[in-house]
Amino acid sequence: MPFASLNALTSPLSAQQVQDLQKLVSQLNPIQQAWVSGFLAVSAQAAGAQLPSVAAASATPSVLTILFASQTGNAKSVASKLKAAAEQLGLNVNLQDIASYKTNALVKEQHLVIVTSTYGEGEPPESAVSFHKFLFGKKASALPQLNFAVLGLGDSSYEYFCQTAVDFDTQLTKLGANRLQAPALLDVDYDTGAATWQAEVLAKFQPLLQSTSQAALVVSSVADSAHGSAFNKQQPFVAELSVNQKITGRTSTKDVRHIEISLADSGLTYQPGDALGVYFQNDPALVQAILTATGIEPTSVVSLDATGEVTIERALIDSLELTQSYPSFLEKYASSTGNSELQKIAADKTAAREFLATRQTLDVILQFPGSLTAQQLADSLRKQQPRLYSIASSQAEVGEEVHLTVGVVRYDAFGASHLGGASGYLAERLAEGDNVRVFVEHNDNFRLPDHDTPVIMVGPGTGIAPFRAFLQERDNAGATGQNWLFFGNPHFTQDFLYQVELQDYLKRGVLAKLDVAFSRDQAQKVYVQDKLLAKGAEVWNWLQQGAHFYICGDGSKMARDVHEALVQIAVNHGGLSADDAAEYFEQLRESKRYQKDVY
Amino acid sequence: MTKPTQYPINPDLQVQGALSDNERLKTQSQHLRGTITTDLQNEITGGFTGDNFLLVRFHGMYQQDDRDIRAERAEQKLEPLHNVMLRARMPGGIIKPEQWLAIDKFASEKTLYGSIRLTTRQTFQFHGVFKPNIKPMHQMLNSIGIDSIATAGDVNRNVLCTSNPVESVLHQQAYEWAAKISEHLLPKTRAYAEIWLDEEKVETTETEPVLGDSYLPRKFKTTVMIPPHNDVDVHANDLNFVAIAENGQLVGFNVLVGGGLAMTHGDKATYPRRAEDFGFISLEHVLKVAEHVVTVQRDYGDRVNRKNAKTKYTIDRIGVDTFKQEVEKRVGVAFAPSRPYEFTHRGDRFGWVEGIDGKHHLTLFIENGRLLDYPDKPLKTGVSEIAKIHKGDFRMTANQNLIIAGVALADKAQIEALARAHGLLEDSVTEQRKNSMACVSMPTCPLAMAEAERYLPTLVTHVEGILAKHGIAEDHIILRVVGCPNGCGRAMLAEAGLVGRGPGKYNLYLGGNTAGTRIPKLYLDNVAEAEILATLDQLIGRWSLERNAGECFGDFVIRVGVVAEVKISKTDFHA
Repeated sequence: MPFASLNALTSPLSAQQVQDLQKLVSQLNPIQQAWVSGFLAVSAQAAGAQLPSVAAASATPSVLTILFASQTGNAKSVASKLKAAAEQLGLNVNLQDIASYKTNALVKEQHLVIVTSTYGEGEPPESAVSFHKFLFGKKASALPQLNFAVLGLGDSSYEYFCQTAVDFDTQLTKLGANRLQAPALLDVDYDTGAATWQAEVLAKFQPLLQSTSQAALVVSSVADSAHGSAFNKQQPFVAELSVNQKITGRTSTKDVRHIEISLADSGLTYQPGDALGVYFQNDPALVQAILTATGIEPTSVVSLDATGEVTIERALIDSLELTQSYPSFLEKYASSTGNSELQKIAADKTAAREFLATRQTLDVILQFPGSLTAQQLADSLRKQQPRLYSIASSQAEVGEEVHLTVGVVRYDAFGASHLGGASGYLAERLAEGDNVRVFVEHNDNFRLPDHDTPVIMVGPGTGIAPFRAFLQERDNAGATGQNWLFFGNPHFTQDFLYQVELQDYLKRGVLAKLDVAFSRDQAQKVYVQDKLLAKGAEVWNWLQQGAHFYICGDGSKMARDVHEALVQIAVNHGGLSADDAAEYFEQLRESKRYQKDVY
Repeated sequence: MTKPTQYPINPDLQVQGALSDNERLKTQSQHLRGTITTDLQNEITGGFTGDNFLLVRFHGMYQQDDRDIRAERAEQKLEPLHNVMLRARMPGGIIKPEQWLAIDKFASEKTLYGSIRLTTRQTFQFHGVFKPNIKPMHQMLNSIGIDSIATAGDVNRNVLCTSNPVESVLHQQAYEWAAKISEHLLPKTRAYAEIWLDEEKVETTETEPVLGDSYLPRKFKTTVMIPPHNDVDVHANDLNFVAIAENGQLVGFNVLVGGGLAMTHGDKATYPRRAEDFGFISLEHVLKVAEHVVTVQRDYGDRVNRKNAKTKYTIDRIGVDTFKQEVEKRVGVAFAPSRPYEFTHRGDRFGWVEGIDGKHHLTLFIENGRLLDYPDKPLKTGVSEIAKIHKGDFRMTANQNLIIAGVALADKAQIEALARAHGLLEDSVTEQRKNSMACVSMPTCPLAMAEAERYLPTLVTHVEGILAKHGIAEDHIILRVVGCPNGCGRAMLAEAGLVGRGPGKYNLYLGGNTAGTRIPKLYLDNVAEAEILATLDQLIGRWSLERNAGECFGDFVIRVGVVAEVKISKTDFHA
């Protein structure tokens, strides 16, 4: 809101404070203002300031409650936009992270929009697990008073596309709630679909909600996602890549890069647990190969939603997705080229997924060559999405830098080498000193506890990243809570990421314990969950002493195996039944003592 | 000082002062145990921590890392590629074919470099063994009757014995003494068996009657040598038993004490020194004499300054006669006058020879002692193929070569064919190459200041060119290159010795002789290859024209005054 309109009646400030603030603000340029706002937000958080609760507001009939269940921040972003649009219409909005929503308020709720992503094999994102469980559990009562709509975000290359949104939609209907609008199930290029749905859904809610031009201020429990910087996902900061250092040994089967990016003068701030969004450009050589294979002139002009008219070459490099495969491309490409065999594959979801598991766009085109226009090609490809990397540094340690731990996706298939889009861009195509467009994606569901609380961190592979940030943070803060890290990778000599730093943390006592699992150093493979089990008694002991437990890394296998190991530990060392053990970790999760950042 | 006080000590002959930290760690090590077992379970580092880094040496291992990639790994935020080098205890260098096959397999499968390195200590080394493989390595060795006890550290190391397959009877007797001396001077601690072989910890009041509970002040090297063949280089060793035979039977030894080549660049209190002849002893006193040369050095060696701790400095400090009398007093026998002997040469006798027992022996030239499968020369496979059919034994020489010993006439052709097929026997190898030697140095040795093993082949090619240029391609000079002044490659007994100073830079020493009885002297200080080659070109040119009949290069450079002769190291070497 503009500062000029600020007055003592609508703020917690005194008249004098308002005057002083306005005077100061008038001297600041927009970037400085943004920085101050971010600075104040962070310092207020650090001081433990409690933002006003929204629980009371949610019971007010005139309020539209928007809950977001975000895995990578997209749902939150869509929900924030919906909130802004609703407020433009004069509606009173309560925007809330679904993780903090009190489920007992649901029976009084009248107007609800849920924006949710889906993770893994059709599971709700971490923040929505409780809500999901409640909705499907015995405690859920009938909700005849409720008008709702659900927007799902997903990735059509997964089998259970937008499953959580489908779950919410069907279950709320089942509980007697009134579905005001059919759910939108949107793919990774969701912008247009989200905008359309938003207009439709608000048009339906608006008449039901009172006009609130004079309504009391409802304070959102969600800090603005940009945290005071002028830069965000829509307007990324053009940063300088300052370091690109391979941190696996020369005979490693993995290429992992330690990336340092300068955020100097951006006003961007982050906390340990946050992610960095990275926009990338596709490999010009890959683009050339696609154009050659399809016989399309690089200079052919195409029209894109986002950018308008550009050459197909620029579109492929800058705007379209080439390295992650997805079924919609198969369908559209098969239909444009009229290839019946490919159409058959695309029609069979299982076959299509299998087919795409190892193929990038070019592989499909080379296997099923066909002719199509530049515009058809552009239309068959979805909009490129920035990649999110868990941040591997703490600003307490690195100031205006941000560090990433990037596993370079590189493999040989179909007689050619393949490189990941963003990881290839960061590792191979950018030189130190080059620019890269970035933004900070906050993740309040992956946060360190108080300084004196012990933490157990499980971060094999590049899952180490946020824990490097945690350790830097706790080291600089002089935190007294003990830290225990479990790390794993194939080989000790080649793949011990940040080995020297971790040795130093261990030596200085910042790490109380460090357990490592190098799976391929012996005949029998050993993983982090095995190490966890081996130290089960001690792990249980730490948990009993209030330790927070964190997992970062592969969600499809590792996180499940670690979870199973935890349950086993509770059974073995806590004397719990399997069910009680599962419930124990459910409670830990609800109280934010068990957090995951998995992908 | 905490030492067994079996013998009255004259404190005036001891060096007083604060003991070096190595003395503390030896004393506190609980007879070489330290916390090695804990370190073996530490999965966070591939290295050993604290005192254990040095204690593992007493168990025959050095912690090393691949220095070629040390900087690269630092950038990768990875620790140095820590591994260990293992040096086996093989008195006299004799190894059986079945033992060879086992070590060959281990080297291939479990070491970073996949090689077997024959060394100047007449044994083999594994290079690049990672921590998880260390215990299995010792257990494998134990299963074939080999250990690595005390092949490094402040103890008596692997005992050398002249490789003389011709005089087979004398050699057998000398070899047996080498083995007996080695056993007699071994540490008595059970630490090795407990740590590496998982043998039960026995509660005993363990003592080290010979070495002492804080072991020796510094490394100690022993040889058994059969004149006139000085392949073991007695003057590089603390204690030498020079075999004296009558009618082809061993009757006793002349005892030479106090040789050693190690020095420190820039420290004039350090120098290479020849051994002193104490005189003759008969066989029944051998073990006692060995023991008490060790105990005198144990009691009077410098434990304050490690750079002056070796026997050679003790002898120079307390005097040859004092040292000798102290040994006599402790043994209870006086040395008899030295029996006559002479040293004529040091190189190995390459090719086939027939022993007096009628067996045949094939000495193979192994450049740098490195057995590895090179693309065009599968040397390591070659030896293992021979081991599969060989009925005799193998003998590693102090010149880093390999003898296939005890071959029946009927098997000669097959052995030779295998050797030739694998590049182990090449007629084109020059005398110069056969008489050149280098220590291991880069990339594994942590002490190396310059390349040695990897540089030697190129250097020899240059020297071959120089000899050919001056029309003496069939001649040779004893040429040795070492990466540091520590002495492993025995450059300080070469006619031309290069001692590493820094990357690409060496000191050039000239004036040793073919028999290995003279220490060379510094000629060029801290110079690069070009200057070394230009100098050798000029001097070898002069030698080819001005030498007396049969005059070796080392004798020539002294006669014509290129360098002064080192007669008494303490006064002459740095003069």
